[in-house]
Amino acid sequence: MQGIIASVLTIAFVLIALLTSSAALIWAERSLLALWQDRYGPNRVGPLGLFQPVADMIKIFTKDDWVPPFADRPVFVLAPAIIVITVLTAFAVMPFAPGVLVADMDIGVLFFLAMSSLSIYSVVLAGWSSNSKYALLGGLRGAAQMLSYEIFMGLSIMGVVLLAGSFNLNDIVEAQRNMWFFIPSSGLFIFFPAGLAETHRLPFDLPEAENELVAGYHTEYSGLKFGMFYIGEYLGVTLIASMITTLFLGGWLGPVLPPAVWFILKTGAVIVVFILLRASLPRPRFDQLMGFGWKAMLPLALINLLVTGGIILALTDAPVFPGGGNAEPL
Amino acid sequence: MLSLFKTAWGVFLRAFEKRVTVSYPEERPYLAPRFRGRIILSRDPDGGERCVACYLCAAACPVDCIALDAAETEDGRRYPSFFRINFSRCIFCGYCEEACPTYAIQLTPDFEMSEYARQSLVYEKEDLLISGTGKYPDYNFYRVAGLAIKGKDKGEAENETPPVDIRGLMP
Repeated sequence: MQGIIASVLTIAFVLIALLTSSAALIWAERSLLALWQDRYGPNRVGPLGLFQPVADMIKIFTKDDWVPPFADRPVFVLAPAIIVITVLTAFAVMPFAPGVLVADMDIGVLFFLAMSSLSIYSVVLAGWSSNSKYALLGGLRGAAQMLSYEIFMGLSIMGVVLLAGSFNLNDIVEAQRNMWFFIPSSGLFIFFPAGLAETHRLPFDLPEAENELVAGYHTEYSGLKFGMFYIGEYLGVTLIASMITTLFLGGWLGPVLPPAVWFILKTGAVIVVFILLRASLPRPRFDQLMGFGWKAMLPLALINLLVTGGIILALTDAPVFPGGGNAEPL
Repeated sequence: MLSLFKTAWGVFLRAFEKRVTVSYPEERPYLAPRFRGRIILSRDPDGGERCVACYLCAAACPVDCIALDAAETEDGRRYPSFFRINFSRCIFCGYCEEACPTYAIQLTPDFEMSEYARQSLVYEKEDLLISGTGKYPDYNFYRVAGLAIKGKDKGEAENETPPVDIRGLMP
């Protein structure tokens, strides 16, 4: 009974924290973009414009929630929910601090990969059910982009899994006590662009590509359903950022400050880099994006995996993995 | 690839630059003395209306936003019986000011004239007429013009010589 209450409390806490932070991210992103473009950004609603997301939310609630008559209604309604549900579910395995996680899964990394790939259904179904050209093109691009970037996203994590000897995210964080994994495994530099593509953020926001596809897959959406995509995008950014923190930057590990603060600080720093890239980089053409994925990133991910494996073999005493056992962490 | 990082770093450094935004309602923008804003009708130094209702401003106006009708006082001064500017059409080009022979119509450094109703942007003469002289404090049209009005006959204006008797023989 005690366990159930504890886990329900954890779930509620994580949900509230995530939804609040993704609302705050809307403000943070607009403010940071403004800072880098020598503007002020939202600074009218409340102190420093902090209530801007609240105002936005009220506006979105009062908008007409319209389903186009030519749309495939059930799928159209379902699509925006999928992205929020899958991304929030992926957070279940995220260790925010020692003991503060919803599900301590031994296949945490795989669960994260599965859930973040499922979120593409949202884009594809939204694009398909909208029954409009722009939305369909956006959905197609989303599917192709996800397919090609999902592969080396998984491969780039494998180096970390090799080093930690576990798929459990808690163990992965614990294994980084001596050295954060982005130093021995350069998977970060492969995971990061893959994460950008996964969350379809600029410069990899081709499914949305507002200058060519109006708004891409969510062209036909309005009101609260559009709000779901909006929140889903920021939740996705938070997910990828906290995943980078956990896998490569030592998760909640850090001196002096409490673990949760370290986790928030690191995740925040990664999100700032996400926003900085949005502020500075132009969007590639679609064939360039695919070429970059298959011709550059996939071979790099394979080489990275090979080299990481080789180093581990060289540094640890043979036999590695006797009967499925763990390799010694570096 | 390196250029991407350079770009990102360059953009990051913008964080330490001064912001170019002017936070308008709190911080007023600088308006040049010749800024072309809200149009006014000015008065002579002695308080009479400068406008002589010559229709040149209405003719010069490219969007036809000026409407007026001429009238004349008993002492011979021409004035507009009504003078109407539709600011919802006005493009603040300043051609009316250029066309005006008496410096009556002038554009001022003021742009804060938003309204909720379009009809409120139609300014009548009492909205346009100010009590001062505007940009030309000493100019008085009837003082320098040859036109005869009550109290000032022909030839009595400043810098004006008395009229020549064209039937006389003397030079």
